[in-house]
Amino acid sequence: MSDGTELTGAQAAEQIEAGELSAPELFAAYRQRAAGDELNAFLWVADQAPAVPAGAPLGGVPLAVKDLFCAEGVPSQAGSRILEGYRPPYTATAVQRLAAAGAPMLGKTNMDEFAMGSSNESSGFGPALNPWDRSRVPGGSSGGSAAAVAAGLAPWAIGTDTGGSVRQPASLCGVVGLRPTYGAVSRYGMIAFASSLDQAGPLTRDVTDAALLLSHMAGADPCDSTCTGLPEEVVLPRAERLDGLTVGVPPQLTGEGIEPGVREVFEATLKRIEALGGSLEEIELPHSEQAIAAYYVIAPAEASANLARFDGVRYGRRAGDVQDLLSLYEETREQGFGDEVKRRIMIGTYALSSGYYDAYYGSAQRVRTKIAEDFRAAYEKVDLIVTPTSPTVAFPLGEKTGDPLAMYLLDFCTVPMPLAGIPAISIPGGLSEGLPVGIQLAGPAFSENMILDAAYALEQAIGFDGSAARV
Amino acid sequence: MIDREQVLYVARLARLRLSEEEVGRMTGELSSILEHIETIAALDLEGVEPTSHVVQLENVLRPDEPRPSLDREQAMGQAPDSDGTGFRVPSPSAGQ
Repeated sequence: MSDGTELTGAQAAEQIEAGELSAPELFAAYRQRAAGDELNAFLWVADQAPAVPAGAPLGGVPLAVKDLFCAEGVPSQAGSRILEGYRPPYTATAVQRLAAAGAPMLGKTNMDEFAMGSSNESSGFGPALNPWDRSRVPGGSSGGSAAAVAAGLAPWAIGTDTGGSVRQPASLCGVVGLRPTYGAVSRYGMIAFASSLDQAGPLTRDVTDAALLLSHMAGADPCDSTCTGLPEEVVLPRAERLDGLTVGVPPQLTGEGIEPGVREVFEATLKRIEALGGSLEEIELPHSEQAIAAYYVIAPAEASANLARFDGVRYGRRAGDVQDLLSLYEETREQGFGDEVKRRIMIGTYALSSGYYDAYYGSAQRVRTKIAEDFRAAYEKVDLIVTPTSPTVAFPLGEKTGDPLAMYLLDFCTVPMPLAGIPAISIPGGLSEGLPVGIQLAGPAFSENMILDAAYALEQAIGFDGSAARV
Repeated sequence: MIDREQVLYVARLARLRLSEEEVGRMTGELSSILEHIETIAALDLEGVEPTSHVVQLENVLRPDEPRPSLDREQAMGQAPDSDGTGFRVPSPSAGQ
């Protein structure tokens, strides 16, 4: 008999509303699945269904939440041993808004430590596994959220995206991942990585669910003064065609470095765009070639400042047996942080240090200006830009951990958008060697409705089947 | 590109006590990452304004009204060591 876990979030909410499905039973079914998780996707699972406000539009359909979000009284560790056992005294705005809308928290999902990583392998709690092939990574940093949704351990999830951390795991796990325009969703209660880039977004089974979660997550927040919300309401997507839409194809993000199987799915997607009535146009994003370099100055620089707060004094882990305050700081951070976090703190501290500041940080900020200008110029000619989300399918665990730079370079399709603050979605485009390939659609700031509509039309045409990943 | 001495200096600035093994590994890894970052130098960025933030907002204000904040017990509740009114730490100078 069906327990409702085969439904998308929107379908489940509809059936609950119609009285055909019980919200507490749905929560219990997912709770059981999440508690029996063999993918290490969850770091914590709720004991019981929280109360759902009467008449809440999402009806009580449970939500998986990346461990980066603070939730009152619930372990919130950002995937780091330095925050082991930390139970915050307050809840992140995005989590609170979704709970109020009727999506109560099912559990906290695994992630790369402090969201620094593209494979989940930097998690302080061991990596989540890819449900398509458990010997492979789920992507990162929101890998636990992506794996949970793909495997059907959760109907939907939220994650955060700094340089691709929602879109890339969505791509590698065959689900939908949306990074909204910077400022659409409050960052209050998100444990900060790089504050000028961090943005929360949904990971879902389909585009409709992404739109639905976004509509309840977004909104101005007095607790985050950079959060403006969206200028127009999110409309549930319903476009069947792409007539009149011009889609830009940038050679810099679609050519060299894309593996053949991914290229094949991407090219088939371009044909579909044309078949749906859209037109393609080559556009140049010349400075995206320097995007990784700029990103790996700006993000670590901000991280080195944000992570200064983890010193063993006010919360989290504290090193024992130290003689003085400086040793307390240094020993706590040495024991609590993993390799990737230390590496990025070192890069950031170096880039901000006296004598190097202008050469590194100043130059990277100027490249950021050029990248934003490239996008602005492109969007004068085209409505959306299409690229593969990741140049590869999910790779084997351990394959790339020995070469940090090689791992960084894999983010080249997703990093330019956050630098410009613009929104982008990843949807499953097909399979290569039995593994999902994500297609990315990016639009100008606050063009979420156009992106969702186009992604929806494309999704219907592609008809991706993710059932092989379900447990 | 970056030598052992610089790695130790930056680690000190960042309050990280790296092990011998980490210092060695970090020296190589940071050098290759910094070498990639220096591809930026190929660009002519003369006269380009830096972007520190994509949201160009200034002076976001709210009414100056008192409102409750976390009480002390909650705020101190996660402290590794506390006397109930403050965070207890070792002396700044004990080891000097």
